[in-house]
Amino acid sequence: MATQSTSDVPLIDVRNVTKHFGSVIALSGISLQVNSGEVHCLLGDNGAGKSTLIKTLAGVHKPTTGEIHVEGKRVSFNSPRDALDAGIATVYQDLAMIPLMSVTRNFFMGREITKGIWPFRRFDLERANAIAKEEMKKIGIDVREPEQSTGTLSGGERQSLAIARAVYFGAKLLILDEPTSALGVAQTTMVLKYTNLVRKRGLGVIFITHNVRHAYAVGDKFTVLNRGQTLGTYAKGEIDMDALQNMMAGGKTLEDLSAELGDEVATV
Amino acid sequence: MSETTASTASAAPAADERLIKIPWYIKILRRPELGAMAGTVLVTLFFLFYAREQMFTLGGMISFLEPAAQLGILAIAAALLMIAGEFDLGVGSMIAFGGMMVGIPLVVWGWSLELALLMAFGFAIAVGIISGTIVLRTHLPSFIVTLAFLFILRGATLIGLKWATGGNTQLRGIQDAAGDHWLLDYLSGNAFEGAFVTFAEWGLIDTFKSGLPKVQGIPVEIIWFVLLTVLATWVLLKTRFGNWIFAAGGDAVAARNVGVPVARVKIIMFCTTACAATLVGVMNALDFGSTDASRGLLKEFEAIIAAVIGGCLLTGGYGSAVGAFFGAIIFGMVSIGITYTDIDQDMFKIFLGAMLLVAVLFNNFIRRKAMGGR
Repeated sequence: MATQSTSDVPLIDVRNVTKHFGSVIALSGISLQVNSGEVHCLLGDNGAGKSTLIKTLAGVHKPTTGEIHVEGKRVSFNSPRDALDAGIATVYQDLAMIPLMSVTRNFFMGREITKGIWPFRRFDLERANAIAKEEMKKIGIDVREPEQSTGTLSGGERQSLAIARAVYFGAKLLILDEPTSALGVAQTTMVLKYTNLVRKRGLGVIFITHNVRHAYAVGDKFTVLNRGQTLGTYAKGEIDMDALQNMMAGGKTLEDLSAELGDEVATV
Repeated sequence: MSETTASTASAAPAADERLIKIPWYIKILRRPELGAMAGTVLVTLFFLFYAREQMFTLGGMISFLEPAAQLGILAIAAALLMIAGEFDLGVGSMIAFGGMMVGIPLVVWGWSLELALLMAFGFAIAVGIISGTIVLRTHLPSFIVTLAFLFILRGATLIGLKWATGGNTQLRGIQDAAGDHWLLDYLSGNAFEGAFVTFAEWGLIDTFKSGLPKVQGIPVEIIWFVLLTVLATWVLLKTRFGNWIFAAGGDAVAARNVGVPVARVKIIMFCTTACAATLVGVMNALDFGSTDASRGLLKEFEAIIAAVIGGCLLTGGYGSAVGAFFGAIIFGMVSIGITYTDIDQDMFKIFLGAMLLVAVLFNNFIRRKAMGGR
């Protein structure tokens, strides 16, 4: 038996995964590999299958065919919990946080630390508050009071809180679903900065976006998704922003589009 | 002297200088139960001025706390379920159903009380699991699903009681059948009767001419009410399961995505409301010695009203058991207190509706404050 060092084995290896919903083919052959310490950007236009792919990796959907291997072992997730236990944490665009709950309660949601013996076992809120505050501080967000409701945080802070939570709970692979799409410039910078920090800690990141600029700023590798298929993976040096943009648009260049739209738009 | 104070101050962990000190009154304002507590104070003041003084004697207080406690037991469970994002309209019918489920085995089959209780609560849990599972599987609003159970359970109680009695909708003889079982001390009558006799001897409380106390003890419902409030509050605020209740009601999808077993939490909460209703039904049946198919009529709405007055949001994810506690007390105080005044008793319904409206408006305002004043 060949002894493989862990660095040879990709963190996650998606092999020719398909997903059908009735007669609709949402994914028609996805292959993708992500290594530790790497930000892998997944680019695709609306309807390219990004969301379905994320949900398949996160354990929400089961693939119709194909295999997913995590650290060399084939996995089959029945629930988001299974994916979490395998070290895959997903930060959804807008569904990450519950605004009426406190920062601490959100941070520890589903993974509450407890103290005491049953039946008196309880959520250790004091320690949880301290940890939440500390972890947020590490990413440069000053939560004045970890008991304040999450609704009081800005969009970027909420995304960062979700990322901090995943990292704290030992995620190996972080899936970020369009983390910057709803954010302003300053907040986008914050999220990109933190994504970079996560990579330096040795985690693998799948960064989903349709914004090539954001992808290029933080990504090591780029995979373009179109109509449920992967069009190929490129390292940062191999492809430039324009080429990525064109692939996302399905081969049409922006110039072609401009020409189609007529002179008025082309001059803009 | 001044030096020692200085050194202890520096030894204490440095206060975060960026932390804006939040004044105590803002912290209180953020609590969901604030409205109900303020309401209780207002209602108490009102009756202190307008009601005959008998209302605030020991006997008078028990007269409004007893119905408050019965409603409160339901309201606390309803509040937890509402925080988890669901309703249960079957609660009122479940009271009658629970009364029947303990009455039939006792009277008709001659079972012992513990076996009868086991059956009654077993059925309650089954009803909770069934209605909860239907809600979660079909994604239908729990409002509709449990509305169906409101009728199904009421109908089943009518049929069951007619079968058991040969055509009556009332089953008698429960007290005789229960005998003097040790469990009765906890489910019917008064608690602390011995202490009240002693208080009477000491002249601390009003007595009859015979020297026996006018109020023989605290009805067990009130003890259950207080204990369940404490338990529910502890579970909600201090345990992992409590965090799951908030999460399930706040955003079920987000909660599921981070591994909270939302379905299990909600089903357990449906079972809790069914068990709370059964507890009230059992206590009624054992207290009166009979059970009736019309018990608990409209209690489902009263429980929800008490929970809403107590600060629960109809959309879930926010609320408190302490709030429901005070909501139920307001309810009992107004419904009974009005008989101690010269006010037309029909005013109660108007007052109740107005109270509900004010509570909902207030809660909405508080929620916006809690979300950061936006």
